[in-house]
Amino acid sequence: MVAIHANEDGLRRDERLERLKLFGLSSPATLLILVILVIPVGWLFYVSFVGADGSFSLENYERMVSRKSYSRIFITTFQVSFLTTGLCILIGYPLAYFLSQLPPRLASLCMITVLLPFWTSLLVRTYAWLVLLQKQGLINSWAMSLGLWDEPIKMVHNMTGTLIGMVHIMLPFLILPTYGAMRAISQDYMKAASNLGARPRTAFWTVFFPLSTPGLFAGALMVFILCLGFFVTPAVLGGGKVIMVSMKIVSNIELFVNWGAASALGVVLLVLTMIILWVASRFLKLDQIAGGGH
Amino acid sequence: MLRWLKSPATETQITHGQRLWLYIFAVIIMVLLVTPTLIVIPMSFSDSQYLEFPPETWSLRWYRNYFGSPEWMQATRTSFLTAFLTMLVATPVGTLAAYGLHASRVRFVQAAFVLMITPMMVPLVLVAIGAFYVYVKLQILYTITGLVLAHTVLALPLVTIVIGSALKGYDMNQEVAARSLGAPRWKAFLTVTLPQIKFAVVTAALLSFLTSFDEVVVAMFISGGDNPTLTRNMFNALRDQIDPTIAAISTIMILVTTLMMVLAQIFGQQRQPGGE
Repeated sequence: MVAIHANEDGLRRDERLERLKLFGLSSPATLLILVILVIPVGWLFYVSFVGADGSFSLENYERMVSRKSYSRIFITTFQVSFLTTGLCILIGYPLAYFLSQLPPRLASLCMITVLLPFWTSLLVRTYAWLVLLQKQGLINSWAMSLGLWDEPIKMVHNMTGTLIGMVHIMLPFLILPTYGAMRAISQDYMKAASNLGARPRTAFWTVFFPLSTPGLFAGALMVFILCLGFFVTPAVLGGGKVIMVSMKIVSNIELFVNWGAASALGVVLLVLTMIILWVASRFLKLDQIAGGGH
Repeated sequence: MLRWLKSPATETQITHGQRLWLYIFAVIIMVLLVTPTLIVIPMSFSDSQYLEFPPETWSLRWYRNYFGSPEWMQATRTSFLTAFLTMLVATPVGTLAAYGLHASRVRFVQAAFVLMITPMMVPLVLVAIGAFYVYVKLQILYTITGLVLAHTVLALPLVTIVIGSALKGYDMNQEVAARSLGAPRWKAFLTVTLPQIKFAVVTAALLSFLTSFDEVVVAMFISGGDNPTLTRNMFNALRDQIDPTIAAISTIMILVTTLMMVLAQIFGQQRQPGGE
């Protein structure tokens, strides 16, 4: 009996060791992320609590509360993020629905129009919008030659331009998971609904729409989180009139070399992101968000 | 045509005519999604200082400008080298991690997975200034090494997710079979598992190349000196004025992206058994 037990114990120990060894395969990746990302962010967290005189202080956070310019930046950031996410839902959901109803071959052909911008550098896409929307840009000159308006309209270096660029860049992030969720909905459910007497509209809102919401939520969450920390597009298309948190962080470092202020802003941004993710993860699985439509 | 409009579009008897608004809307959005990017291409061949479409006179002026500029050439080299090296580092490191996490099933796998995807969740600006700080200490600021390490961290979540989801659809018992026949684990992995997830590996590699090649914010902080990236210089040029040379560079970047997409289609698309 004793021998059998010893054998079992040994086997179990072997298995545990084997599992740990396998787990160890992830250590190069873990180590890289720790050294390049986690430790520096931890240091920024520390710096945010150091005042100008080098001692512990909350001045970097107090500044955020007391100064009007800072609260305006947070308001702008949330405004841009909410508007972008909302517009992406309004535009992306119908498009995802349209794509999900196409026969597979045609759908994958149309999907190229979503994937091509998704893969293209966001700097290139931001530049393209700058060229299109500027005063002597394509849209203004075409509209004026067609007689739609007489004076060039200011469409860039302001909120409008920023939103146009952001929505264009974020749309694929919303469409891909939504489309994935919609493709997984069996047509039989809709057939069953109409068989039971539901009109098309009723069937859609009571059967199809609820089933597609996990994908829609995952996409919207992704868009919102990305928007909160966005830098390139508002910096180029906002023309200094749309100042978001990440831009203030950059200018705090590049112009004022104020690490404390930059770090405190970064910490607030990170904590906000984490809270949103945490709340969302209670309704969704985290890997579902990360995995997109797969 | 009229008959098509009146024919039911779905099993729930809604007709194509009733959904016509959806079709029109979808086509408009699809056009709007692709044209802004594509319109840059013909504009880059314009002879004018002001970008115009369609160009009145065609020329390669902006391409000559780009290829003739030592600064742009240096930045291009840096970008390609960094992207290539990032691909070479991120793909094996991420594949190992995804495989290890998938196979080990220890209690803290979930936590390790969350750590693996944090680079996707942390705002890029924070990653950038954090890396900037460490690199000053490690004295690897403005080096290719530093850039590759940072871009690898950014690419790891993508690699882990792509490989991880491929492993989910793979039957690990095949590896058990190989090992029961005497193959050591590494050999079982290389000869049995790897060939079956190779499409995911190719996709992951291409994604990590593009992640690095297109990255702006982190590069803004940790590239420079002798090693500025293309995107960093483009961003700085965009801040000053609209230089049509950027249109030429954008066209080249779109070409690189398209090439990657085509490669992914050719090598990355797993043929479903029995499917199309």
